[in-house]
Amino acid sequence: MKEKLQNAAAFIRKRAIRFGKAVKKFFTDIFGSDSGYISRKTEKEISDYNRKEIKRLEKEKRRKLSPEDYRTEMQNPDNIAEFDDLKTYFYTDRGTVKAVDGVSFSIPKGVTVGIVGESGCGKSVTAMSLMRLIQGPLGQITGGEIRFAGRDGYTYDMVKIPTKDLYRIRGKEIAMIFQEPMTSLNPVFTIGNQIDEVLITHLDMNKHEARKRSIELLTQVGIPMPEQICDRYPHELSGGMRQRVMITIALACQPRLIIADEPTTALDVTIQAQILDLLRRIKTQFDGSIMLITHDLGVIAEMAEFVVLMYAGKIIETGTVDEIFYNPLHPYTIGLQRSKPVIDSGKERLYSIPGNVPNPINMPPYCYFYDRCRFRTPECKKGYPPFVQLTETHGTACWLHQRSADADYENAGTFTTDAATTDTVNTNTANMPNGGENF
Amino acid sequence: MVKYILKRILLSVFILFGVSLITYFLIRLMPTDYIDNKYAAQIANGSVTMEQVHEIKTIYGIDDNSFGGIIKGYFSWLGNTLQGNLGISFKYTRPVGTVIAENMWISFWMALVAFVLQTVVAIPLGVTCATHQYSKRDYTLTVATLALISLPSFFLSALLIKVFAVDLGWFPVQGLVDASVVHATPISEWGDKIHHLLLPMLTTLLLSIGGFLRYTRTNTLEVLRADYIRTARAKGLQESVVIGKHAFRNTLIPIVTMMAGILPGLFGGMMILERVFAIPGIGYMSYEALMNGDVPFIMGYVMFVSVLSVIGTLFSDLMYSVVDPRVKLT
Repeated sequence: MKEKLQNAAAFIRKRAIRFGKAVKKFFTDIFGSDSGYISRKTEKEISDYNRKEIKRLEKEKRRKLSPEDYRTEMQNPDNIAEFDDLKTYFYTDRGTVKAVDGVSFSIPKGVTVGIVGESGCGKSVTAMSLMRLIQGPLGQITGGEIRFAGRDGYTYDMVKIPTKDLYRIRGKEIAMIFQEPMTSLNPVFTIGNQIDEVLITHLDMNKHEARKRSIELLTQVGIPMPEQICDRYPHELSGGMRQRVMITIALACQPRLIIADEPTTALDVTIQAQILDLLRRIKTQFDGSIMLITHDLGVIAEMAEFVVLMYAGKIIETGTVDEIFYNPLHPYTIGLQRSKPVIDSGKERLYSIPGNVPNPINMPPYCYFYDRCRFRTPECKKGYPPFVQLTETHGTACWLHQRSADADYENAGTFTTDAATTDTVNTNTANMPNGGENF
Repeated sequence: MVKYILKRILLSVFILFGVSLITYFLIRLMPTDYIDNKYAAQIANGSVTMEQVHEIKTIYGIDDNSFGGIIKGYFSWLGNTLQGNLGISFKYTRPVGTVIAENMWISFWMALVAFVLQTVVAIPLGVTCATHQYSKRDYTLTVATLALISLPSFFLSALLIKVFAVDLGWFPVQGLVDASVVHATPISEWGDKIHHLLLPMLTTLLLSIGGFLRYTRTNTLEVLRADYIRTARAKGLQESVVIGKHAFRNTLIPIVTMMAGILPGLFGGMMILERVFAIPGIGYMSYEALMNGDVPFIMGYVMFVSVLSVIGTLFSDLMYSVVDPRVKLT
């Protein structure tokens, strides 16, 4: 009898362990093994830290500032916006996500700057930081400056700018076009109402003037029968039409800078071309700058003059569009170029960069691309590579080029072995369609 | 639109038929009926014989409890109802329609005042809770409303009676009029009635405010996460315009439709609450009728509430097409 009971107990225990394992497997299957389980203690530590940080940052935001505190000087008067060591963090329950971690670049007047990178690399967050659209309290700009040259002749630090001045700049001097035209317009107001609103708010027009101007603007972006469209609701329009309406709203106040956050991603290909055409055309009309965020290199080649490449919240390469396309330096840029489909290349399979972006919480203390890099050396693990400017416009953050830059500096003219490595990299991609089998 | 409404009305005829059939069967299948209840003592001491009971039941039309008998009873009720005659209540010995019409207004005014107050209080509080999510204000209100939702109505009313009526003596314990006072003027009589109704109204308000507030909060939170709110902010609109115009107009869609569906709640009365406070509203009357097996009154009351529900849902569907331009009724 006793033996029987013991047997039964052992059986139940074994079943319970098996059940526990199955449950654990179920959760790791869903959430992935590396993000898996966080102990109570670390969870509490994280939430305590988050609360402390958010409280500190919110307090800092509410501080009264005098104009000297948020007015600065442009480093280069030809620029419309300058990002200087911008840091935007998200304090999540699993740890701090450094969505943008020390990003510096500038947008010159009248130029289209393309921000390229894969999903989640921080391109949108960079733009949202400039617009101050980061959703608090979890998302916070923790450091750096974003200088913006206002129309009134002052330069504002958009990180510190008080709400009064922010409302004056947002929508009027910086406008934004979003990725999802389907959901970016308010479903319960008419198209005309939503365009008029901007004009009434920023240009002090009355309803009648605003409607007249809205119709003019809608004609400019190529919407047929604008008088009737004004009385329509967003759901009655197609995706391409809605994106045109979004562009109209952005254009309404003749902004100095338009941020286009993946404006064509949600549209089908024929409409994409039309929208890009429209963006190019309006740029000549309003004579401002465009910050074009995309993951599509084709769009960049067509639209942008300067390119900023981002990876995991950091800038890895900047340059003119020619430099990026004909002489890419960073292994990631090279990989991106190779993963672009080329007609008549005769390849069976499209190249893809192996591996994944590292977990945004707890980034490694070395180059974030190390695990996926084909050119890595043990030295790459010594820390995150600093950004080096190789020519006036072209720069990258990669240890390979760090060394070549140093070498150039120390013994100008002579090639070191490291520099030679860089060179081979460049040759490989220059004849990309046929070469690069050994890549 | 007209076609849609006609279609819905036609459909509701079937719904009402089903409701009345099921209700009638359920009442008739109850183990004791009105006569058994009424003559229980006389039957027990033998002053009334079973034959006499059966005779009385035949007069009342509830003698035959076989399937065929109930069906026969149902159709005779249905025939009378279709002619506009709801029958005479067993318990109140007056026409059902009159009893309902006389007693529903007190319930209606009570519910209406509570409903208006609830709307005025819950919507702004719900919106602020959402805009200040995870703040002290939000936590305080959500915890308080959760407590109020969780309390059963009889418990909360007993609690309030204990505190405000018994201990503090601010309000009368129950009833609608003070029997010890002879009112000289109609104004003082009305004042007395209102004084009696304050505590039940407060209870109704507290009971319903929690759910409404949370509903508003959840909907506002959902709307605030939407892309078009980000667009509104990016347009450079003041935060007050973003919340007050762009977010609120979208939050209103589910709230208005919910409010349109409140119709049966306004007229139907609150059985338990009216019973606890001994208010002779329609809820109290129907509770008593239910306890006594008063077939015509229960049928009349259930049909009254069903018709209101049908109208309420139709009205709420119509409201959808009014507040949401994406909804078209066909």
